[in-house]
Amino acid sequence: MADKVVIRAEDVGKHFGKLHALRGINLEVNRGEIFGLIGPDGAGKTTLFRLITTLLTPDSGSLTVLGLDVVTQYRELRRQIGYMPGRFSLYHDLTVEENLNFYATVFGTTVKENYTLIADIYSHIEPFRRRPAGKLSGGMKQKLALSCALIHRPALLVLDEPTTGVDAVSRVEFWELLRGLREHGITTVVSTPYMDEAMRCDRVALIQSGQLLSIDTPTAIMEGFTGKLYSVRAEENYSLIMALRANPHVHTAHPFGSSVHVTFNTEGYHATLPQYLHEKGIENVTIEPISPGIEDRFLELMEREP
Amino acid sequence: MREVVIRVENLVKRFGNFVANDHLNFEVYEGEIFGFLGANGAGKTTALRILSGLSSPTSGNVMVAGFDAKRQGEKIKRNIGYMCQRFSLYNDLTVRENITLYGGIYGMSSGLIKQRIDELLRQLEFEEYADRLIGGLPLGLKQKLAFSVAIFHEPKIVFLDEPTGGVDPIARRQFWEEIYAAAARGITVFVTTHYMDEAEYCDRVCIMDQGRIVAIGTPTALKQKYGASSIEDLFVGIARPNAQKE
Repeated sequence: MADKVVIRAEDVGKHFGKLHALRGINLEVNRGEIFGLIGPDGAGKTTLFRLITTLLTPDSGSLTVLGLDVVTQYRELRRQIGYMPGRFSLYHDLTVEENLNFYATVFGTTVKENYTLIADIYSHIEPFRRRPAGKLSGGMKQKLALSCALIHRPALLVLDEPTTGVDAVSRVEFWELLRGLREHGITTVVSTPYMDEAMRCDRVALIQSGQLLSIDTPTAIMEGFTGKLYSVRAEENYSLIMALRANPHVHTAHPFGSSVHVTFNTEGYHATLPQYLHEKGIENVTIEPISPGIEDRFLELMEREP
Repeated sequence: MREVVIRVENLVKRFGNFVANDHLNFEVYEGEIFGFLGANGAGKTTALRILSGLSSPTSGNVMVAGFDAKRQGEKIKRNIGYMCQRFSLYNDLTVRENITLYGGIYGMSSGLIKQRIDELLRQLEFEEYADRLIGGLPLGLKQKLAFSVAIFHEPKIVFLDEPTGGVDPIARRQFWEEIYAAAARGITVFVTTHYMDEAEYCDRVCIMDQGRIVAIGTPTALKQKYGASSIEDLFVGIARPNAQKE
């Protein structure tokens, strides 16, 4: 297992009846990295994770994980993967402690043996170890599910949207915990629909409609933005957006909180824009050039694809 | 002067010894997009249930759409719209059936429902989906439709309880544009969300922690006041010292 590549996908495809869930997936995930899979609901993230965790088999292409083939060597592989599915994967009527013991037993190990690996995470929920898992808050359920996925010391951790529906504070803590796991040499593959979380990964793949749009470091993906981007603000956001969309010189106009991110079809038009908006009755306009974020790049890539 | 559509004065809600809402005071105006933020367990859901007529305050005065939450919960329910992420539409009914059902529940006549459905489907560019089951639609479309259904009876206020989990950046923006359009028509939008980047879309936000309001204002003013670069920074700064106590 000296190989640095933990997951290697070559031209992987999967369909369900007429639906092409995944098409021509090529990617490599390296040992010890936090690799993010970023894409909307229905893009194929969960399907790809089920292939990696051997719960589904690919229709075409080749997929090896930890040097093992997902179709022929799945038994060996399963012992080395920790998987946290999108839906809550714990037994609601077992306590925190019972859930953890259960997962340890299934994998033929004990909580004691691997406690050091989960100590940082489990310490957050240990005070509630006699509480049924169903009675935990979202953030605590998530930490328990992560502890359960790690209790057999897997080489690869697969997390399907672990932070969906979890509050901002718990999300920040969760990402800190993932970074801690990297120190133990564990490779993590994680999916999320949230762009801000992409920035916390070592590398990310953007996925849409079953195809990968881009794989790179978050910084390199941002730098791939091709246009010139401006941030436009006015007192009233909605009328501003409508006026921008109605202008033929405006290429794209996306709301970003209290401002609108705009690209133009016509070079230099930004200088004329305040005048146009004034004629539309929109006042107190500010316009400034900004550097694109990863979300800007993702929107650009998504709109280019049919 | 804009009309006040929600007025909360010294709202207290207790469950036994536990104080879920501890003397809340705020007002929400007509056509405003008001973001209601807080970590799990901060007391958001309790307040939301009172404001939407599902629960009664222990003490304090709460007026919603002109009705008293203590005595007129049923009237409040008829005059608001409500949408949550977990459940809003029936998956095994078609788009048209879902809209008809909600219109009927809110007491709209069948003639009015028929007329408004066609308008709505056209406006959303949803005509091709009219007779499709909800279950088969992409999440982004479902959310847009769920919002339209929640305001189909033209309520004064619509409550959105964590409405946008899991959708892509384009669908989320389309959803916010629907919200802007509703607010521009004068509907007050009261929204709770876990996603602080979404809070930046609100006219004003209110942050709750341990049953109390700890900050309220426009996103820009709050960021200035606390020297935070984003609402996320501000929120984590306020809520984190207490995050482990649950």
